[in-house]
Amino acid sequence: MAAENTIPVIVEFTGGLEMLFSDERKHKLSVPTKDDQGKAVNIGWLVEYLCDKVMKDTRKEMFVLDGHVRPGILVLINDADWELEGEASYALQPNDNILFVSTLHGG
Amino acid sequence: MESANSIAATLRLQITATEKRLASLKQQLADIEEKSAENVSVSPEVPVTQKTKWPLSAEEYKRYGRQMIVPNAGLKGQLRLKSASVLIIGAGGLGCPSSAYLAGAGVGTIGIVDGDTVEISNLHRQILHNTSTVGLKKVDSVISYLKNLNPNATYIPYDIHLTPQNAEEIVSNYDLVLDCTDHPTSRYLISDACVLLSKPLVSASALRTDGQLIVLNSPPLPVGNPEGGPCYRCVFPKPPPAASVVSCGDGGIIGPVVGVMGVLQALEAIKLIVSGKLKGDGEPVASSMLLFSANGNPQFRSLRMRARSPKCAACSENAELTLKNLPEMDYAFFCGLTAPVNILEAEERIEAKEYEKLSKGTKQHLLLDVRDKVQFDICNLEGSINVPFSTFQGGRPLSQEGEQPSWLPESFAPDSPIYVVCRLGNDSQVVTRKLKESGLGTREIKDIRGGLKSWKEQVDDSWPEY
Repeated sequence: MAAENTIPVIVEFTGGLEMLFSDERKHKLSVPTKDDQGKAVNIGWLVEYLCDKVMKDTRKEMFVLDGHVRPGILVLINDADWELEGEASYALQPNDNILFVSTLHGG
Repeated sequence: MESANSIAATLRLQITATEKRLASLKQQLADIEEKSAENVSVSPEVPVTQKTKWPLSAEEYKRYGRQMIVPNAGLKGQLRLKSASVLIIGAGGLGCPSSAYLAGAGVGTIGIVDGDTVEISNLHRQILHNTSTVGLKKVDSVISYLKNLNPNATYIPYDIHLTPQNAEEIVSNYDLVLDCTDHPTSRYLISDACVLLSKPLVSASALRTDGQLIVLNSPPLPVGNPEGGPCYRCVFPKPPPAASVVSCGDGGIIGPVVGVMGVLQALEAIKLIVSGKLKGDGEPVASSMLLFSANGNPQFRSLRMRARSPKCAACSENAELTLKNLPEMDYAFFCGLTAPVNILEAEERIEAKEYEKLSKGTKQHLLLDVRDKVQFDICNLEGSINVPFSTFQGGRPLSQEGEQPSWLPESFAPDSPIYVVCRLGNDSQVVTRKLKESGLGTREIKDIRGGLKSWKEQVDDSWPEY
């Protein structure tokens, strides 16, 4: 795929989620600019992409439940709560940093 | 013999020193009693608490001087600390360091809530307990430490768990709450109580090498006021699936990681008290969450968080939660129950002692240990093979159609039995069921009931339980 048709993004996992992604906290990805329908890719698309293309672990339900990021996982776009940025509909921009944080409960 | 003699000599010295100290304490007590008796009889007009022209005692100026001379703290800050009351819920890995720093800083009243007793497995991180307090109530162990550290404060023990029924009575006595607990059920309960009683909440958590810190309900404005700080339910409207909740006992925890988070809780508490923002006066601050990852680069990361949610079930104007219905809330139900697994029939399970007999026979069999590799490497049974539980989770089949799973030895006869074991006997049942359903089922496949814990109880008491 030509470089102009892809967007570089950094995806990070913490709080134990990295265990679902080959124990790697930081993934430098190059994702297509458009989805199958020709629409600009957004976070919702990225979550599916991570499940299909990046996650080797079989425990999908630990990341996505009923089509949504499972309860107990926070999504941060460039260190800001995704709720401040439009949640799943936020369109990915070049060099975005997307962080998935699993809440911890121990103390 | 030499070393026994030197130990005895050291002990004699310690005894002599302790006897001297005891004598001195008795003398001090006698002096005070004599003086107060004189005061009463000779000069009854002298008030019991003498007022000086200084707002703190000479000892307090000395004790807190190093923090009082920091700009923004000052005498005013010290007086605020002295008149503040802080409730610390949980006297474990977070509650120990946070309560120590708050007591040291001169917080006037500290309440500690915890219904547990000290166990030896707590000591690597719960730094106010020690080997000699194992078996004591955690609140008593902590308060005995704190009294030694700073006798000026009032310490109030609650040797019970916080419940929907007692939350209002306990929390309402304090200005500020620290959530130092270890489960979503208590985290939702504490947040709800703080929202209803308008208390700011400093919440922290830790697991393995990661920690999280967030100040909630700050400013603690009334329910329905969108200018108030978000609560736990604003950030986490739905609880995580019970299966995804990992405790320190199961997942592990590095002591300094939870220690760092507890220290940061104390710091946030001191900042709130000293700045006079307990009641929500002053400029509102944007909400943020601090992440700590021991192996991250950078180790600390500050995240910008959402405001109060207009749909929040606790703090929005649409919330139905009230102090009146709080006692009826069922937090265990809300968060989902994690009862011990019990999915097998009796004939699908085998007692540890029966397995031991059978393993001494000549018949070929396989012992499958489904703990994490790191646990397997700590101790394992001879001849067992390790295939971690996570390998069996999720929807994918064990192996390609018609092939054996890669972990099954090639020489292993198709009718030889497989026994499955884990730490406590929960995961092993799930794996046993999965193996039986996946075409390996013509042979005998059994779960060792109660796991390696039973192995220790029934077969080998030298087994190193961790």
